[in-house]
Amino acid sequence: MIIVGAGQGGLQVAESLRAEGYDGPITLIGEEASAPYHRPPLSKAILAGTMEEAQLAIRGAEFFERQRIALLTGTRVAAIDRSARQVSLEDGRRLDYRGLALATGARVRRLPITGDGLDGVLGLRSLDDARRIRAALDRAARVVVIGGGYIGLEVAAAARKRGLEVTILEAAERLLARSATPFLAGFYADLHRGQGVTVELGAKVVGLDGQGGRVTAVRTADGRSHPADLVVVGVGIVPDTALAEGCGLACDGGVLVDDCGRTDDPAIVAVGDCTARRTGTGTLLRLESVQNAVEQGKSAAAALLGRERPFTAAPWFWSDQYDVKLQIVGLSADHDRMVLRGSLEDRRFSAFHFREGALVAIDSVNRPADHMVGRKLLDRKAALTPDQAADETFPLASLTR
Amino acid sequence: MAKVTFIEHDGLEQVVDIPTGWTLMQGAVQSGVAGIEGECGGSCACATCHCYVDEAVVDTLPPPSETEEEMLGCTASERRSNSRLSCQIRVSDALDGIVVRLPEAQS
Ligand SMILES: Cc1cc2nc3c(=O)[nH]c(=O)nc-3n(C[C@H](O)[C@H](O)[C@H](O)COP(=O)(O)OP(=O)(O)OC[C@H]3O[C@@H](n4cnc5c(N)ncnc54)[C@H](O)[C@@H]3O)c2cc1C
Ligand code: FES
Repeated sequence: MIIVGAGQGGLQVAESLRAEGYDGPITLIGEEASAPYHRPPLSKAILAGTMEEAQLAIRGAEFFERQRIALLTGTRVAAIDRSARQVSLEDGRRLDYRGLALATGARVRRLPITGDGLDGVLGLRSLDDARRIRAALDRAARVVVIGGGYIGLEVAAAARKRGLEVTILEAAERLLARSATPFLAGFYADLHRGQGVTVELGAKVVGLDGQGGRVTAVRTADGRSHPADLVVVGVGIVPDTALAEGCGLACDGGVLVDDCGRTDDPAIVAVGDCTARRTGTGTLLRLESVQNAVEQGKSAAAALLGRERPFTAAPWFWSDQYDVKLQIVGLSADHDRMVLRGSLEDRRFSAFHFREGALVAIDSVNRPADHMVGRKLLDRKAALTPDQAADETFPLASLTR
Repeated sequence: MAKVTFIEHDGLEQVVDIPTGWTLMQGAVQSGVAGIEGECGGSCACATCHCYVDEAVVDTLPPPSETEEEMLGCTASERRSNSRLSCQIRVSDALDGIVVRLPEAQS
C-alpha cells in the first residue's frame, strides 16, 4: 500500500490499515521534511510561542517502526501510472502499489496582484510557513491580515496578543463568508474590534507596495494605503489535485470521492483537504478539517481492503481565538431558523440552526457541553425543537439516551 | 522528564518517558498508546484523551478549567472522580512514576 501525502489524513490511512488487520508493506510518502504533525496549533500555540515544535508531531519515530510503516519524508511523488500501478518519485524511482491513497492536502491560494512576491508577505499552511511568520512577528510592529477566514482571524488574534497593531482586510461584507453564518461573523468582528484589531469589511486589496524588496503597505480599491511590515495572506486554499488530474482521475474542486473515500479507480482512494465528496444525497461537499481528514482516512483504509465503512458522522470543527473557544458541528449553510442558548454578553452561548424544523448545525462559543451533546443529537437525528434548544432548563442530553 | 505508566483498558501496560512541559496526551500519542486518540491535538475540543489519574495524584494536580470540566461531563466512557483530559495535564518532575488508566472507549 502506498500513501501520498504524510499529513493528518495520510497518517490516518496508514494507521487504520493496520487497525483493520492489513499486514503487508505500507509506505507513507511526504514532501515535507517533518514527520506528520498537527496543523491547527500552527496558527495558535506555535505563533503565540506557548508550544514547542517537537510537541506538534502526531506520532513519534518508534511508533512508525513498531507499526512497520515506512515513512519517506522530504520525498515528492511526481506522477502516478495507473495502468502499471506505479508511482514515480521526483528522484526517478518507481514504486509498485496494490492500493494507493492520495492525501495531498491543499496549497495556500495566492493573491493575483502585484507585490505578492515581496519579502514580508506570507501564507500559512506548513510548519515552515509558521516558522517564517513567527520570526516576522518578533520584528514586526504593524501587521495586515488579508482575508477574514479562520486562519486569518487566528493569526490576527496571535499577533494582537503580542501587542502588535493589527488590521484585517476582508473583501466580502462580512468575516467568515464561506464557512460561517452572518451571526457568528458579526460576533467575531465585534470580538476582534473589542481587542483593538481594525477590521475592514468590503476591503478589496488591489496591490502591495514595497521598498528594497520588502513590503511596506497594502493598497485597497477605495484608494487607501494600509502600512504594514508583515502581511499574512489567508484567502483560502486550493486542493492539491495535480497528481490525480495527471493520471486522469475525476476532479471537481477536489479529487472526487464517495462516502468511503473511493475515487473512480477501485485501486485508489483519496482523503482530506484534497477531496470533494459526493454525498449520499448527491451534493458535493468540501470540508477542510481535522475530523474530515481522520474520518475519511478510516473509511478509505477500509475501502482499500474491500470493506464498506462510510463516513456519515456530522462534520465538526473548532477554532481558538483569544479566550474564545468555538466548536461547530453540522452544516448551517441552508438553515431557516436560528435560536440562541446561553448568554451573548458573557460570550457563552450556542446558536442552534434548524431547517424545516430539523436540527442541522450548532455553533458553540465557550459552551463545550452543548457541542458534545450536539454531536450526538445530530448523529442520532434527535427530534430537538427550537423551543427546547432555547430553553436553558431543558436537558439536551435527555434526547441522546 | 517523567516516567508515566499507561494501563489500557485490557490491562496492557506501556511506560513512556514524557519531557517536562509536555502534556500527558502528547507523550501517550507520540508513543502510540492505543487508548488515547487526541483528535483535536490538545485543544480541549474533542474529549478523546480521557484518562483516569492515580487517586493519590489527582488531588495534587491543578484542577480542571471550566472548559475541561464541561468536556469531562461528555466523555464516551464513564466519568469518575479521578477523570481528567490528558491534554490538559502538563508533565513535571512531580509526576514521575505515576500510573494513568485508560477508559474502554474515547468516542
Ligand atoms: C494553520 C492551520 C490551522 C488549522 N486549524 C484547524 C482547526 O482549528 N480545526 C480543524 O479542524 N482544522 C484546522 N485546520 C485544517 C486541518 O489542519 C486540515 O484540514 C488537515 O490537516 C488536512 O489534512 P490532510 O491530510 O488532508 O492534508 P495535510 O495535513 O495538508 O497533508 C498533506 C501533505 O501532503 C504533502 N504532499 C502534497 N503533494 C505531495 C506529493 N506530490 N508528494 C508527497 N507529498 C505531497 C504535503 O506537503 C502535506 O504535507 C488548520 C489548518 C491550518 C493550515
Ligand atoms: S486532545 Fe482533544 S480534548 Fe484532549
